[in-house]
Amino acid sequence: MDVTSSAFKDNAARALGDAQLQRALGNVEHGFVVKRRKAADALPEFDQLRDEAREIKAHTLAHLDLYIEAFTDKVEALGGQVHFAETAYDARRAVVDICRLHDAKTVTKAKSMVSEEIELNRYLQKKGIRPVETDLGEYILQIRNEAPSHIIAPAIHLNRDQVEADFRRVHKHLPADRDLTEPATLLGEARAILREKFLSADVGITGANFLVAETGSAIVVTNEGNADLSQTLPRVHIVVTSIEKLVPTLDDASTLLRVLARSATGQDMSVYTTLSSGPRREGDPDGPDEFHVVLVDNGRSSMLGTDFQDMLRCIRCGACMNHCPVYHAVGGHAYGWVYPGPMGAVLTPSLVGVDQAGHLPNASTFCGRCESVCPVRIPLPKLMRHWREDEFARHLQPRAARTGLGVWAFFARRPRAYRLMTGVAARSLSLLAGARGRLSRLPLAGGWTRHRDLPAPAPHTFMAQWKTRDGQ
Amino acid sequence: MTEPEDDDAPTVALFVTCLVDLFRPVVGFATIRLLERAGCRVVVPEVQTCCGQPAYNSGDRADTAAIAQQVIAAFEDYDYVVVPSGSCGGMISRHYPELFAHDPDWHGRAEALAAKTHELVSFLVDVRGMTGVEARFAGRVTYHDSCSGLRELSIKAQPRTLLASVDGLELTELEDAEVCCGFGGTFCVKYPDISNAMVTRKAEAVGRSGADTLLAGDLGCLMNMAGKLSRSGSPVAVRHVAEVLAGMADEPAIAAASDAAKPARKG
Repeated sequence: MDVTSSAFKDNAARALGDAQLQRALGNVEHGFVVKRRKAADALPEFDQLRDEAREIKAHTLAHLDLYIEAFTDKVEALGGQVHFAETAYDARRAVVDICRLHDAKTVTKAKSMVSEEIELNRYLQKKGIRPVETDLGEYILQIRNEAPSHIIAPAIHLNRDQVEADFRRVHKHLPADRDLTEPATLLGEARAILREKFLSADVGITGANFLVAETGSAIVVTNEGNADLSQTLPRVHIVVTSIEKLVPTLDDASTLLRVLARSATGQDMSVYTTLSSGPRREGDPDGPDEFHVVLVDNGRSSMLGTDFQDMLRCIRCGACMNHCPVYHAVGGHAYGWVYPGPMGAVLTPSLVGVDQAGHLPNASTFCGRCESVCPVRIPLPKLMRHWREDEFARHLQPRAARTGLGVWAFFARRPRAYRLMTGVAARSLSLLAGARGRLSRLPLAGGWTRHRDLPAPAPHTFMAQWKTRDGQ
Repeated sequence: MTEPEDDDAPTVALFVTCLVDLFRPVVGFATIRLLERAGCRVVVPEVQTCCGQPAYNSGDRADTAAIAQQVIAAFEDYDYVVVPSGSCGGMISRHYPELFAHDPDWHGRAEALAAKTHELVSFLVDVRGMTGVEARFAGRVTYHDSCSGLRELSIKAQPRTLLASVDGLELTELEDAEVCCGFGGTFCVKYPDISNAMVTRKAEAVGRSGADTLLAGDLGCLMNMAGKLSRSGSPVAVRHVAEVLAGMADEPAIAAASDAAKPARKG
C-alpha cells in the first residue's frame, strides 16, 4: 500500500472529524483495555511471563542467523521449501512463481500483515490470480477496497451498519429482504460465501505468528479457523512471514502464546492455534501437497545491531495501540501505512524511512502506556525518541520548531539570561492577562490557544520572589 | 524561612521546574512548606532553569546534555533533590543516567544525582514516612495521575494517602485517571488537534466526576486541563496537589480570575 505517513496531520484531522470512525474507535478505547486487564490479573505469573517472553525474543534475535538456518534445514527435511526474500518485491515474486507453477487461479488468504506490507494482493491481481481474504475483517476490507486499521482487528474502524451496507452491495445474489441486523447474521453470510472459496482455492496463503526452529513448524493463531481451512484444503500452502518470527523451541512458542492472546484480546488462548510442519505425509488424513515458507526481510536485518533491534521482539498483539490515547483519537489509517499505533511509530520509519514517516514517532505524548502493557517489554517511547534524535541530527524537523528549540536552549543553558527573560515574560504576560488569570489568544502560541486558554503567569517568577524573601 | 532546629535534618535542594517558576510560584512555596514540615532544611540553588526535557524529547541530545550537566553540578552536593513534578523528577532520576550511559565522566555523577532525586509527594510519603498533613480544604476533589509520575516513578497511592488526611476534603476518583491528558510537552503545540481530542475527553471525565476541584502533581498537565476546562466554561477549579496539602490553596486556581475580575456578589 502507498505510504501516506507524511500526511499524518491531514489524515488525523480528517479522522477527528469523522463521526462514524469516532463511534467505532470507542470499542478499542474501553473493550480491549478492560479485557487485557482482566486476563493479566487472572494470571499471577503474567509479569514474569513477560520477562521470559522478552528474553526468548532477545536471545533469538542475537542468534537469528543460526535459528533461520536451523529452521530452514528442518523445513527441508520435512519436505518443504524456504524462500528467502530480501525485499518486498522478491517476496511477491516468490509467491507468484509458486502460484504459476500450479496454474493457480484463486488463492485463499488468512490474515497476514506481512502480506499487506509486501502488497501481495495488488500484485497477485496484476498477475491474474484472485486473492480471497478469509478473515472476516479482512474480507470486509477487501470488498470495500480498504486497508486494515489495526493489526489484529483490521476492520475495527467500521460499524455494523456499514458492513451491512457493503454486504447488500456486493452479495447481490442473496435475497434483498434478508435480515442482517445482528452481527451473527453478517458472520453467517460471510461464512457461507467463504466456504465455497475454501473448497475451490488452488493455493492457500497464511502468515505466521511464530516459526519454530526446533521443529520447522509455522504457528498461526486465529479466532475464526480460517487459517486452518486456508492451509489444509488447497494443494499448496504458502506461509508468508518475516524473519523476526523465529523462536528456538516449541516450549518458547508456548510461553509466547501465553502472553500473546492475553495481551491482544484478553483471551487465555486464541480459539485456534495451528502448527504446520511440512507438507502432507503418507497416512495424513489431510494437508497440502506442498509447503512453502516465504521468509521476508524487507529491511529488518538492517535493524539488527542498532537501537531498533528491540523492536523486532514485537509479537503483533496490538496491545500498544489498544492502550494508546493517540490511536484512540485518530484510528489506524491516519498513520498512513500497514502498522499503526506505537509499534508502527517505531517500525514504519525503520521499514519505509524516517524521511517519509517522521511524524509517527513525534505524534506521541510519551505517556508510556504502550510500554507498560507490551508483552515483550519493548521500550517504545525510548525508540520513538531515538527516531526524533535521528531526525534532529539530519535536520528533518520543521525549521520553526528547531529555531524555537534553539532559542529556548540558549537561555536554558544561561541561568542569568534565563532569569532576565522569564522575568520580562512573567511581567508582560501577567499584565496582558490582567485579573482574568488567563489568555485566550497569544501570538505564536496558536497551537495552544486555538483549543484552550493559557493560564497567566504570576507577575513575578518563583525565583524572583524567593530571592526577595531569602535576601532579607 | 524558619529552619528546623534538628541538626540532623537533611538538606533538600528544591528543583522548582520551569513551569512552576514562571506560571505557578505558589507551588514552589507550598513545596518548601511541606518539606520543612517533613523535617527538612530547604535550599533553592540559583543555577536552575529547566531539566532539559523539551530538548531531550525533541531529539536534541547535545543541548539536553549541556543542561543536564548544569543541573548535576548545581544539585549534586545536597542530601536530596525534590521536584514538585513527576515529569521533571523522572527526567532527572530515570533519564539523566541513560543520557550519559556512554559518558564515563558524567555517568556516575548522573547516577548519584538520580538516586537522591524524588518527586515531592512520593518523597514525603516514601522517604520521610509522612502519613498525613495538617491542612484543611473544604471541597469535593478528583485526582489525575500524570503519566510520568505514574509509570516512571510509581506514584499512585502516595497523593491519595496524604489527601485522605486533609480535613474537609472528599476525594472522588476520576474515570480513566491513568489516561494521558494530551499535554505531552511540545506534543500539544505540534499536534494541537489530537491533543485537543485527548484533553476534551479528560475534561468530560472531570465533569462527570462531580468534583469541584481537580488536582494533579504536574504543572504541564494541570495547565492543559485548566486551560481546556476554562475555555469550555467549566466551574471546576484546578490546582497542584501541593497547594492543598500545604494549606496554601487560597489564591485563585490555575487559569481562574482573581477576585477583582469576578462579578461582584450580592450582600
